[in-house]
Amino acid sequence: MAAALGTGGRGQEAGQEKQAMQHKDPIAPERAEELKLKAKYPNLAQKPGGSDFLMKRLQKGQKYFDSGDYNMAKAKMKNKQLPSAGPDKNLVTGDHIPTPQDLPQRKSSLVTSKLAGARSTSILIGP
Amino acid sequence: MAVIWCFSQVKGAVDDDVAEADIISTVEFNHSGELLATGDKGGRVVIFQQEQENKTQSHSRGEYNVYSTFQSHEPEFDYLKSLEIEEKINKIRWLPQKNAAQFLLSTNDKTIKLWKISERDKRPEGYNLKEEDGRYRDPTTVTTLRVPVFRPMDLMVEASPRRIFANAHTYHINSISINSDYETYLSADDLRINLWHLEITDRSFNIVDIKPANMEELTEVITAAEFHPNSCNTFVYSSSKGTIRLCDMRASALCDRHSKLFEEPEDPSNRSFFSEIISSISDVKFSHSGRYMMTRDYLSVKIWDLNMENRPVETYQVHEYLRSKLCSLYENDCIFDKFECCWNGSDSIVMTGSYNNFFRMFDRNTKRDITLEASRENNKPRTVLKPRKVCASGKRKKDEISVDSLDFNKKILHTAWHPKENIIAVATTNNLYIFQDKMN
Repeated sequence: MAAALGTGGRGQEAGQEKQAMQHKDPIAPERAEELKLKAKYPNLAQKPGGSDFLMKRLQKGQKYFDSGDYNMAKAKMKNKQLPSAGPDKNLVTGDHIPTPQDLPQRKSSLVTSKLAGARSTSILIGP
Repeated sequence: MAVIWCFSQVKGAVDDDVAEADIISTVEFNHSGELLATGDKGGRVVIFQQEQENKTQSHSRGEYNVYSTFQSHEPEFDYLKSLEIEEKINKIRWLPQKNAAQFLLSTNDKTIKLWKISERDKRPEGYNLKEEDGRYRDPTTVTTLRVPVFRPMDLMVEASPRRIFANAHTYHINSISINSDYETYLSADDLRINLWHLEITDRSFNIVDIKPANMEELTEVITAAEFHPNSCNTFVYSSSKGTIRLCDMRASALCDRHSKLFEEPEDPSNRSFFSEIISSISDVKFSHSGRYMMTRDYLSVKIWDLNMENRPVETYQVHEYLRSKLCSLYENDCIFDKFECCWNGSDSIVMTGSYNNFFRMFDRNTKRDITLEASRENNKPRTVLKPRKVCASGKRKKDEISVDSLDFNKKILHTAWHPKENIIAVATTNNLYIFQDKMN
C-alpha cells in the first residue's frame, strides 16, 4: 500500500532553493506585504490577533432586525429560487372533511443537490 | 511502487453560475471506503456508494454512484440574538458499522444530528384492511383473513434522524469527532468543547472552556478538535495562534489544563502583522497509527510526533509563493480560508488543497511532492493527471502558471482519502472529483 510518488518535482531541491533565497532576506516578503497594507490602511489596528478581531470572528452570521425581518428576507429568496406554481386545481375543500388520501402531496420546497442530479457527469472506465 | 493518479469521475453541475447552496462544505469516506458523503451550504447531504467490483473490469475499481440524499439541516433563526443560523453542514463523521444500517453525525453551527441510513428491499403485501395503494377497504367487504407476506421490491434507501443534539453551543461548531469507544463523541466550537453520549441528547459534558471571564482578554479561539484513534481518553484541539493542546480526560473532568502543548518556537524578530493570522491552524488530523498528528495552517502542513512538543518533525510548504501576496490575500479575505488536510491509509502520504483548483500531496518517505489540478479538462476516462507547477517569480517556463494568474476563487478546501485504497475525493467549489491510481 505504501507508494512513492512517481511524478512531480523533487520537494527537497526546491526547498533548498527557497531556503537559499530566504537566508538572504528571511522575512522580507512578509514585511514588504505588511508595509503595503499599512500604506493602504493607515488606521489598521496594530495587533490582528486582538480581541476585536476575534470577537468579530465569534459573531459571524447575518444579523436581522427581528424575526419578521428574517422571515421576509427568506421569503424573498425562496420566490427567486423556485419556479412559481399555479393554483392547485386538485385541492379538495368545502364539501367534506378530507382524508389523508384526498389531500395533495406536500410539494417539496427544497431543491435536490446537483451532486445527486441526473446532469452530473459520470465517466465509465471501460477496457 | 509509484502512484500515478488518473481521473475517474466528477459529480455536480457543469455551469459556472454556482448557487450558494451548492457549495460543498465537507467530504468524508466511511470506515470501509464503500460510502462517500458530502455536505453542502444548503444543508444537504449526498452519499455515494462504490459499485461492487466488476470481474470483467479488473483494471479499475467500482465507481461511486448516488446512494442516498437528504436535507440534514434547515436554516434557523436565533430569536434572542436576531442572528441567522446557517444550515451549512460543517462536518460529517461516520460511525463504524454495527449492523445493516449506516450511521453518521452531521453538524451545522449549532446542532448535531445522528442520521440512520437503512436499506429496504422488501415490503409487506396482502394486508387485510388496506388495498395495495394504501386506501382503506370497506370493512364490510372483508370476509377472510390472510397473513401479509414480505415480497421483494426495488431497493429504497431511507435516511432518518435518530438523535438531535441541540442547544449545547453558544458559539459556532467547527468540529465533531467520534471516540474510539464508539459510545461518545466531542463537539467543539470557538471557545468550548463538549462531550456527548450517542444515546443521550438532553445532556452534554463541557470538557474544555477557554472563554475568559472578561471577553476583552480573548486572545485565541479553538479551531479544530479530534479524538485520538486508539486512546479513548485522549483528544487534541488546535488554536488560532498555531498551538495544539493534547488533553487527557482521566486527569480531570474539565480539561482546561492541557497534558501536552505543541508549539513551534518563533523568532520574535520575524513577526509581522500577518504572522498570527497565517499560523492559525485550520485542521488537525491524527495519523491512523495514532503516533503522529498533522496540522494545516495557511501556508504549510506540519507533522507532529506526539512524543515531541517543541517542534514538528516534518514541515511541508503548500504554496510558499503566496507569502509575497499576503497583502492582497488579506484584502480579499482569502487569508482566512480554512484548508483541510488528510492522510492516506498507510500514513505515508498527506494531501491538502490550494487555489486554482490545485491540490498537493507530500510523500513522507521519499520527500517528493506533487501538485495536481481538479479540472474538467481531464475528463476522459483514465486520463493521467499532469503535474502542475506554479512559477513564483522570474521567467515562467512552458506549462507553468504564474502566481498572478491563479484563480483565488477556485479553492480546494476539502479532500478525503479512501481508508484502504488509492482513491481520493477532491471537492472544488461545487463539484466533487474522484481520482484513482492507475492500475496495471
